[in-house]
Amino acid sequence: MSLIRLEKRAAPSRTLAALTPVMAVIATMIAGGIMFAILGANPLEAIRTIFWDPLFDPQFGPYSRPQLLVKAAPLILIATGLALGFKAGIWNIGAEGQYIMGAVVGAGAGLAFYPSESPLIFPFMVLAGGFGGWAWAMIPAILKTRFGTNEILVSLMLVYVAENILASVSSGLLRNPEGMGFPGSRNLARDYPAASNTEIIANTGMHWGVVAALIAVIFAYVLMTRHKMGFAIRLAGEAPRAARFAGVSPSRLIIFCLGTAGALAGLAGLFEVSGPAGQISIDFNSGYGFTAIIVAFLGRLHPIGILLAGLLMALTYIGGELAQLMLGMPAAAIQLFQGMLLFFLLAMDVFANYRIRIGTPEVAT
Amino acid sequence: MDFGSINPILLIASLMVASTPILLAALGEMVVEKAGVLNLGVEGMMITGAVVGFAIGVNTGSSWAGFAVAALAGAALSMIFAIITQVLLSNQVATGLGLTLFGLGLSSLIGKPYVGMKAPGFAKLHIPGLSEIPFVGPVLFRHDPMVYVSILIVAGVWYLLTFTRAGLILRAVGENHNAAHALGYKVKTVRFAAIAFGGAMAGLGGAYVSLVRVPQWVEGMTAGAGWIALAIVVFASWRPWRILLGAYLFGGITVLQLNLQAAGSSIPVEYLSMSPYVITILVLVIISIRGNHGAPGSLGRVFHASH
Repeated sequence: MSLIRLEKRAAPSRTLAALTPVMAVIATMIAGGIMFAILGANPLEAIRTIFWDPLFDPQFGPYSRPQLLVKAAPLILIATGLALGFKAGIWNIGAEGQYIMGAVVGAGAGLAFYPSESPLIFPFMVLAGGFGGWAWAMIPAILKTRFGTNEILVSLMLVYVAENILASVSSGLLRNPEGMGFPGSRNLARDYPAASNTEIIANTGMHWGVVAALIAVIFAYVLMTRHKMGFAIRLAGEAPRAARFAGVSPSRLIIFCLGTAGALAGLAGLFEVSGPAGQISIDFNSGYGFTAIIVAFLGRLHPIGILLAGLLMALTYIGGELAQLMLGMPAAAIQLFQGMLLFFLLAMDVFANYRIRIGTPEVAT
Repeated sequence: MDFGSINPILLIASLMVASTPILLAALGEMVVEKAGVLNLGVEGMMITGAVVGFAIGVNTGSSWAGFAVAALAGAALSMIFAIITQVLLSNQVATGLGLTLFGLGLSSLIGKPYVGMKAPGFAKLHIPGLSEIPFVGPVLFRHDPMVYVSILIVAGVWYLLTFTRAGLILRAVGENHNAAHALGYKVKTVRFAAIAFGGAMAGLGGAYVSLVRVPQWVEGMTAGAGWIALAIVVFASWRPWRILLGAYLFGGITVLQLNLQAAGSSIPVEYLSMSPYVITILVLVIISIRGNHGAPGSLGRVFHASH
């Protein structure tokens, strides 16, 4: 008998479940500091550049603070949707593809009416963007419910298909006719006011995507705590057999969770292409769909947690760029840093779910 | 379009080269899944193997050294997954995804100085006699040694799983970990070993991409091969020889679409490039319609011995 044993808790500790993300962030900072030291940077300076300077440095702060919302909005939108599925044991890992398709369909819907000045253009694009992501997520959803096909692999394969569609439309269907043959669509943010997702309050980074992200978080919170669907999702994740006896239809759950996640990822893509990115181009997507998976877990699959996790992850993006600029840190270092965060988080979950016992167990008499 | 420029002998011969990375990775993952563990980190371990194998190959001038160290690197990376899922009992899907994200970051960090360099080269092995047979010779018997090694490993895994006690224990652990534990088998030890083997194979497969197939280091160069390897395990119903079949079928599609691109097909390049992924989805659907035969009973479930 080993000296250290794990004893399953009857129910996960709520205090520890809330504490583990904080512990994971601290552990990541320590491990990340070691990594930065190996890369030849002063670890304390690197950590400060990533986590402190973007917010409080008098020189960079004014530029990077608005970026926080710009980067956090797509992460929060996507992660909120993904978390619904993850809670129910439905693994949509193809949000990156749904994000791309939302951007392509939404931008296409707007460009079809160029150069209209109608105020209805942008709302129409938002609907089209959500639809694009939803429709793309319906492929794994329907294949799963109809044939039982593994949604993990299908949704991931569709990312590569979506990337090829993006490459195709940016040099074909949606190419800027006045772009002198270069790939890439018209710039929605700059040259097409009716289709642009502008800042609502200047210099805050507050665009419509941020508003949508906040609404999504509130909706998800209400859904999970007050609505029958939220109960069904939790039940299906924790006790699939009990859920079936309670009359929860697995197919409906799959369609709902994948569909919602797809629509939210599509919206994130649309807000990005019509605002910060500005145009459809071959390298438009930047991995938000994958980073959002980390955000969902870091936020404990809870809407409010995801809101905070999204902001933190956005900070690592901006801080990472700053560290690239100031300390010559390679861009990949920050990706590694985010990966470590997920590892530490998953590793520390053990404290929430199990009690650590030291010494040999007492023999029952 | 000029079909005449596609040489059938070269096409089939390059099929085997295109298939070898996925064959190696899929075979490793199959053993992991046979032990009841789902490791979605194949892509991350492959890309790490690709960069480490390339770096060692360039620095030592020996591709063999590159392969050996890539296998070690893959196994080392898989141990992170093993510790978090087996000792700290985390969710395997999430941890595997984390491993993929981590591996992608790690590889581009290590690979930075090696962009644009050339691989040391890996001599082909002409099997005496056999390689002189018309058609069959150039297609089957004029490859580099890793192609033959990969097929030997298929045979080895098949033999081990089917005819040995160790294979039987591994399958028992995967089918029902509680029963295996009750019989006194060390579930975690078996799983650690299987995960390490899977990591080593993914590392080898990745190194084959960067040392032989391409042969240079490009960021993100495995381009989903690890995920396709996972799909091939399902396609193969967890059987070694079917893994070989699946990998070669997939390699065939890849090579064919590349040849069509080179021959100037009227189908746009993007549609040809997406075809391997679309076909993988179609194959998964067909397999699932037929019913999922052969998935190990404890696949993906957390094992916690309460006594």
